[in-house]
Amino acid sequence: MKIVVCIKQVPDTTEIKIDPITGTLIRDGVPSIMNPDDKSGLEMALQLKDEKGAHVTVITMGPPQADLILREAYAMGVDRAIHLTDRKFAGADTLATSHALAGALRKIDFDLLITGRQAIDGDTAQVGPQIAEHLDLPQVSYLEDLKFDGDKTFTMKRHIEDGYQMLEVEAPCVVTVLSSANTPRYMNVGGIVDAYQKEVEVWGFNEIEVDEKDLGLKGSPTSVHKAFARGLKPAGELYEVGTDEAVGIIIKKLKEKFILN
Amino acid sequence: MKLEEYKGIYVFIEQREGIIQNVALELLGQARKLADELNDKVYAMLLGHQITDQAQSLIARGADEVIVVDAPELKEYTTEPYTQAICQIINERKPESLFIGATTLGRDLGPRVSARVGTGLTADCTKIEIGENGEMLMTRPAFGGNLMATIVCKNHRPQMGTVRPGVLFAMDADESRTGAIVNYEVKFNAAKFRVKLLETVKEDNNLIDITEARILVSGGRGIGNKEGFEAMDALANTLNAEVSASRAMVDAGYIGHDRQVGQTGKTVRPDLYFAFGISGAIQHVAGMEDSDLIIAVNKDKHAPIFQVADLGIVGDAKQIIKKLTERLEKQN
Repeated sequence: MKIVVCIKQVPDTTEIKIDPITGTLIRDGVPSIMNPDDKSGLEMALQLKDEKGAHVTVITMGPPQADLILREAYAMGVDRAIHLTDRKFAGADTLATSHALAGALRKIDFDLLITGRQAIDGDTAQVGPQIAEHLDLPQVSYLEDLKFDGDKTFTMKRHIEDGYQMLEVEAPCVVTVLSSANTPRYMNVGGIVDAYQKEVEVWGFNEIEVDEKDLGLKGSPTSVHKAFARGLKPAGELYEVGTDEAVGIIIKKLKEKFILN
Repeated sequence: MKLEEYKGIYVFIEQREGIIQNVALELLGQARKLADELNDKVYAMLLGHQITDQAQSLIARGADEVIVVDAPELKEYTTEPYTQAICQIINERKPESLFIGATTLGRDLGPRVSARVGTGLTADCTKIEIGENGEMLMTRPAFGGNLMATIVCKNHRPQMGTVRPGVLFAMDADESRTGAIVNYEVKFNAAKFRVKLLETVKEDNNLIDITEARILVSGGRGIGNKEGFEAMDALANTLNAEVSASRAMVDAGYIGHDRQVGQTGKTVRPDLYFAFGISGAIQHVAGMEDSDLIIAVNKDKHAPIFQVADLGIVGDAKQIIKKLTERLEKQN
């Protein structure tokens, strides 16, 4: 089986803080990581490789420094890494991003395409299904688990709000994976050294199959009108008192607001 | 694309097992307000099987016209049949804008539709307003809730957005409202139906969805362990409340993901939100800051949760939960 996994380098948003004076994002010193949902998608691919044998390719679209997550993927055990980078891709919204990735994926033969459900910098969950549409492939999003019958049929477990769904899909298909699906493996030590010896293929516009008008800023129907820090309301009352008194204050407040009689 | 040919605010009405979901009514309520401002109309798209009898209720909730697609292919949601139906409506009717609830269903359907018709989609909006030129200004959190971004879709139609459940307001049912109900025929291409739904399994169906709870008792790291959650359950019982949690507690396995409040969980807006032992990371605050009354208890007096709390108590959350439960039990 041939598997392709789309991964993205993102700032670790749990480390981002807002400057309380200027109200702007503090990004200095915020580490860049492989997006968590994508990493679980990669782990899913590597488990299929361990169990059934598979050839796993990772692909990322991003600036030169995104090379780092491709090395990380090599150290986790992938067979091939492709770095999609070109000025023509810059300024892309989700639709233009999905066109660029689909353009690259048309050049790769695969049975299963895995993406993370969403990236933690944008939280949109759109690129995976949009790629599936451009490639005219069926999609299953919010994937928690997957079984392969060894021939061409996948049985999939999809998360929904109040439970899950079991679905059956034939290869080739596209899935978007939740980070709760598994715990990604660590890079192995020998693998880290080897990862820097291996070749990362760098692809630009000329290597892929896509209409130029669908790319980058030009190919993006949406644009940011404005961005701003979320305003905080004024702080309320704060008490530092003993437990009994604290409970008294809470009950008084609940009565004041007619939550208690 | 001639933008002036596109008219009307269209709302996807999500139903599960024939039950119209709250988020659809919230979208209708908001669409009604926007349409009144624009002097435009609200169209509800009701897709499913044997659901026509519910159309009238959507008029009472703000729709001018209900487009009913009643077909066995749409009995339960799978991506392709729903995408085909919505895309046919878009291509024939040319909507100015189209909104879908940002549920696991809507976030599967929205991007597929937007890619098929080649338009922009703004994910997980928390606010929709009208701009100077009548365009939709769709505001959403980004960077884990640290930043808000207002997105526009200038030259493509429909302007599409998925909208978080629990952030917009449904209007009260007004049975005197009138409107049209249209049965709409879709020509399906069954050759493209390649995902087969085997079964839908419900878990935790004895619990109320936390977005619908009037009072939430929410716990974070300061609650510590299973016993801490049992104590919260007892407190919730005395207040007829539901229990929810921060992401840390969900990741630690003390409570299910459907109970998680915050950027990657649910947005809640109860009358009363108790934050016990929750530090108040922005990702959490993004999901609960619009609660009417926020009472926070935390050991650390510098915890950011106190910046959004109406009433803050510096102290041990576990002890306060225990004492508060005792006092309330006595009172009942």
